[in-house]
Amino acid sequence: MSATAVHSLWTMAGEVTSAAPGDRFTAPTIEYAQLAPVLIVIGAAVLGILVEAFVPRRARYTTQVFLTVVAIAAAFAAVVGLAADGYATKNAQIAAMGAVAVDGPALFLQGTILLVSMVSVFTFAERRLDPASHGNRVDSFAAQAGSVPGSDGEKAAVKAGFTTTEVFPLALFSVAGMLVFPAANDLLTLFIALEVFSLPLYLLCAVARRKRLMSQEAAVKYFLLGAFSSAFLLFGIALLYGYAGTVSYAGIGDVVDGSVQQIDPALAGTMGNDALLLIGAAMILMGLLFKVGAVPFHMWTPDVYQGAPTPVTGFMAAATKVAAFGALLRLLYVVLPGLTWDLRPVMWGVAIVTMLGGAIVAITQTDIKRLLAYSSIAHAGFILAGVIAASPEGISSVLFYLAVYSFVTVGAFAVVTLVRDAGGEATHLSKWAGLGRRSPLTAAVFAVFLLSFAGIPLTSGFSGKFAVFKAAADGGASGLVVVGVISSAIAAFFYIRVIVLMFFSEPKADGPTVAVPSPLTMTTIAVGVAVTLVLGLAPQYFLDLASQAGVFVR
Amino acid sequence: MENLIALLVAAPLLGAAVLLCGGRRLDRAGHWIGTVLAAASFVIGAVLFTDMLGRGAEDRALHQHLYSWIPVEGFQADVAFQLDQLSMTFVLLITGVGTLIHIYSIGYMEHDERRRRFFGYLNLFLAAMLILVIADNYLLLYVGWEGVGLASYLLIGFWQHKPSAATAAKKAFLVNRVGDMGLSIAIMLMFTTFGTFAFGPVLEATGDTSEGKLTAIGLMLLLAACGKSAQVPLQSWLGDAMEGPTPVSALIHAATMVTAGVYLIVRSGAIFNGAPDAQLAVVVVGAVTLLFGAIVGCAKDDIKKALAGSTMSQIGYMILAAGLGPIGYVFAIMHLVTHGFFKAGLFLGAGSVMHGMNDEVDMRKYGGLRKFMPVTFLTFGLGYLAIIGFPGLSGFFSKDMIIEAAFAKGGTEGWILGSVTLLGAAITAFYMTRVMLLTFFGEKRWQPDAEGHEPHPHESPKSMTIPMIVLAFGSVFAGGFFSIGDRFVHWLEPVTGHDHGHAPVSATTVTAATMVVLVIGVAVAWVMYGRKPVPVVAPRGSLLTRAARRDLLQDDFNHVVLVRGGEHLTRSLVYVDHTLVDGVVNGTAASMGGLSGRLRKLQNGYARSYAVSMFGGAAVLIAATLLMRAV
Repeated sequence: MSATAVHSLWTMAGEVTSAAPGDRFTAPTIEYAQLAPVLIVIGAAVLGILVEAFVPRRARYTTQVFLTVVAIAAAFAAVVGLAADGYATKNAQIAAMGAVAVDGPALFLQGTILLVSMVSVFTFAERRLDPASHGNRVDSFAAQAGSVPGSDGEKAAVKAGFTTTEVFPLALFSVAGMLVFPAANDLLTLFIALEVFSLPLYLLCAVARRKRLMSQEAAVKYFLLGAFSSAFLLFGIALLYGYAGTVSYAGIGDVVDGSVQQIDPALAGTMGNDALLLIGAAMILMGLLFKVGAVPFHMWTPDVYQGAPTPVTGFMAAATKVAAFGALLRLLYVVLPGLTWDLRPVMWGVAIVTMLGGAIVAITQTDIKRLLAYSSIAHAGFILAGVIAASPEGISSVLFYLAVYSFVTVGAFAVVTLVRDAGGEATHLSKWAGLGRRSPLTAAVFAVFLLSFAGIPLTSGFSGKFAVFKAAADGGASGLVVVGVISSAIAAFFYIRVIVLMFFSEPKADGPTVAVPSPLTMTTIAVGVAVTLVLGLAPQYFLDLASQAGVFVR
Repeated sequence: MENLIALLVAAPLLGAAVLLCGGRRLDRAGHWIGTVLAAASFVIGAVLFTDMLGRGAEDRALHQHLYSWIPVEGFQADVAFQLDQLSMTFVLLITGVGTLIHIYSIGYMEHDERRRRFFGYLNLFLAAMLILVIADNYLLLYVGWEGVGLASYLLIGFWQHKPSAATAAKKAFLVNRVGDMGLSIAIMLMFTTFGTFAFGPVLEATGDTSEGKLTAIGLMLLLAACGKSAQVPLQSWLGDAMEGPTPVSALIHAATMVTAGVYLIVRSGAIFNGAPDAQLAVVVVGAVTLLFGAIVGCAKDDIKKALAGSTMSQIGYMILAAGLGPIGYVFAIMHLVTHGFFKAGLFLGAGSVMHGMNDEVDMRKYGGLRKFMPVTFLTFGLGYLAIIGFPGLSGFFSKDMIIEAAFAKGGTEGWILGSVTLLGAAITAFYMTRVMLLTFFGEKRWQPDAEGHEPHPHESPKSMTIPMIVLAFGSVFAGGFFSIGDRFVHWLEPVTGHDHGHAPVSATTVTAATMVVLVIGVAVAWVMYGRKPVPVVAPRGSLLTRAARRDLLQDDFNHVVLVRGGEHLTRSLVYVDHTLVDGVVNGTAASMGGLSGRLRKLQNGYARSYAVSMFGGAAVLIAATLLMRAV
């Protein structure tokens, strides 16, 4: 069976089974131009594998960085081109035989993912933070990921100056999956996209240069739990297929709201069975909530964020969240709008425990990366409040929040990479004491990010939180807003505590130093600060952009 | 003609701006600039006055709308002026007495290196006071009200190097804030009740408004008046305000600013007419202050503080008259004007005495000064005769009218008020005679000061005596001029209304009684201070005297009730804050921390337990979804 035939199986399973054998095969139409962003990134990723195979080791780093940056830039240009052609608004349509939507939310999220990936890749490529080992500049990644930590093989690889340049194609594959994820318009595409972006992430988590055992432990945990949640997702997809006789979003949506009455004879026993619908929907939701890190599916987050190489953590925390929330939005607004009232209480519960849980547990964290992990859980809760709003304002506020949050997150993790002592990054909070005295600029930048996380006015965090809470309140979820504000108050405590620690504590004698990064990381941090301030002071243009992009195609 | 109204304010305002911003290069001409602009304002006032006389009684009021200050839907605040007979009276008094005191200050402040600034503040005061009296709405009146408060603060504390002056300024400011609060609340009440705060609509609408609301507004206005006019219970600042230069005491704390409360009550007459309870409060305040100030005035040895007590008492008369309603409004204002003349004259005389006596203020160290300062003695003496109500002089007419009106209130209330005003007249005669005798009669009692300088009493320069002479003319003739043919009543009647009331005793009887108490008061004072030598060191005195020397324990009262009470209140608030509020906050924080620590234990690092929690979460999610449908 050819690939295209498999594809049509996903989307039109019912028709294919009912078609008489011997029918002429009709080639599916693929709108390459509309899929250009994804295709460019996948092409570059494949090229990156070839580079690993054929380009001499010494030239790989430069080649890979160049290839990755160009690919992401080209993909972003393609997204902008599509948006300029009106695909985000009046020309929105569904490409690739119903598999991929090209509409406002998809393009907005793809653009965000690409920009965030770009600045993340800059931190991947940073090679000036660690002292040179054996005359070679090193980055955050293991010399040879396959070697056993502490073994002779590892020492030899370090001495030879190897680095894991495979991280760049891996990141590109992951980005490709993320681009498809919020645009996926049928459940199987959704699942494939999920796996395409998750599997490279598992690998990326495992390749830290320092604390390799911790990194590998994190990767294994992430992989196991990710596989576990994928199983739920897949089971949910199967149940929904049984309920609707199709995996297409629009098709399921039609069955849910009752506009399709005809029963597929092959599914006579199950079709239209609401139990299947509800259980399936809950399971798919669970798969997506795992990805966004909502309580109680969040437990991987702190361990993985802490263990993964910090640039990867930043990338993962920012881009994954954008992609996963995009998919969640599309699922809720396109497939399950008929279930809004059934799912609402459940989503309320999840949002509340996520906001409160993330904020409360963060209070007692002592590691800056774990702290940011719990902060990301609390933020997932805030975004969920906007998702629940079930209104166009809800969509656009979530889009805006995601854009705001992702840049701040990448910037914050980039700052974390700078604060180092002899053992690498000094992530224990006690080591950050007095940082503001020793490195006022770094501490000030980090303080800006923390204030944005806390949602203090004049930072982008405030604009985002305000938009989300306003949409939620207008959507009748005032209770959620109350909880959100309380959680914000709790969260403000630990953000401000870090600021107090940095600026009002005596520096320790053996405290960490702040490494001077290359222009790459500086760009990442500068973009983070710029987005924080611009979207904090004058958010209107971007709010308008998000609200123009806030309509899903069906 | 109405375009001239704004110029009334503009002239002194310009003076204040020029003098306060102009810097040292204006030091030599500053006092002339200030005086000329004050005089200009008086001339404009006079022009407007002659113009006003040329029109019929009913259309004498002029309006000038300058600009819309806050033009908001449902909230219109205009900078607009209204010049009617009542405002006109004040304009002439303020600019007239103000100009005289500017002239006086040229000589009085001659040796002060900050004279330019002093004139700047005086001009600022004139501008603010004029805004106060010609505003056509309560909000703009409030601007002037605060403006005179500011000028008063700056001028009381003008000699800020003296801690007592700085403290006195602060005290005046703080006490006035209490009254200002009343005015702002009154304005807010007006806005919620009437939807506007322009005089016209507010005062016209009082007929359709419930008495409760009018009483509330009236009481708040009375509170404001108490603060600005130093009436009990907000009287404590006036005595200390004498720390300011004497021209300030004459202009601000005798003739004009302290009478703003009377203006406010008379202007708001329609509100008080509809609120008898508020009116009763006004007369009670007036009657109490009348006696309070008079008693304090009897015991003070500081000449300015004795006069300050007298001011308080005389304003008590005005407030009492204003509280009588239409019977008293006209006489309140009439007494206000005559008082403006004779009290300003008395203060200027006191300043002249101090000027000649090395700034000594203790009257026990004066004595026999009539020979050294004949002009001061003469003008002060005329002022003295006017204030005690010597027949034919200003005070005789205006005070007599108030006493008659008090009796005319009728009933028990009328008898009580009438007796109080008569008693006040007796005490007034006593303490003013005492001041007169201590200062100008008897043996000389002055001694060399600590550095061995013996004072050489001398007459003051012309710039100081001429204003005193002019004011003495006013003290002598104003009352008669106003009263003959009821001129003043006819002049103000269109604005304030007038009612004769029902006097239980004839006017002649009242006048005769007044004369009797007058003679008694003067005689007692002569027996105590004229017949025998006055000791330089004050005798211990009776309990009442000692209390009166301490301003009838006003500061002790405030200290015990307000300061101590305030301290207890703040302490208990701090206690509540520390235990309850902080306790809740810290307790919440601690419990959050504890919760956090406990929840954190769930994160044990084992993938298997994470998976269990996910499985449990999924189970709950599914169950809840199904449950929602089942419900």
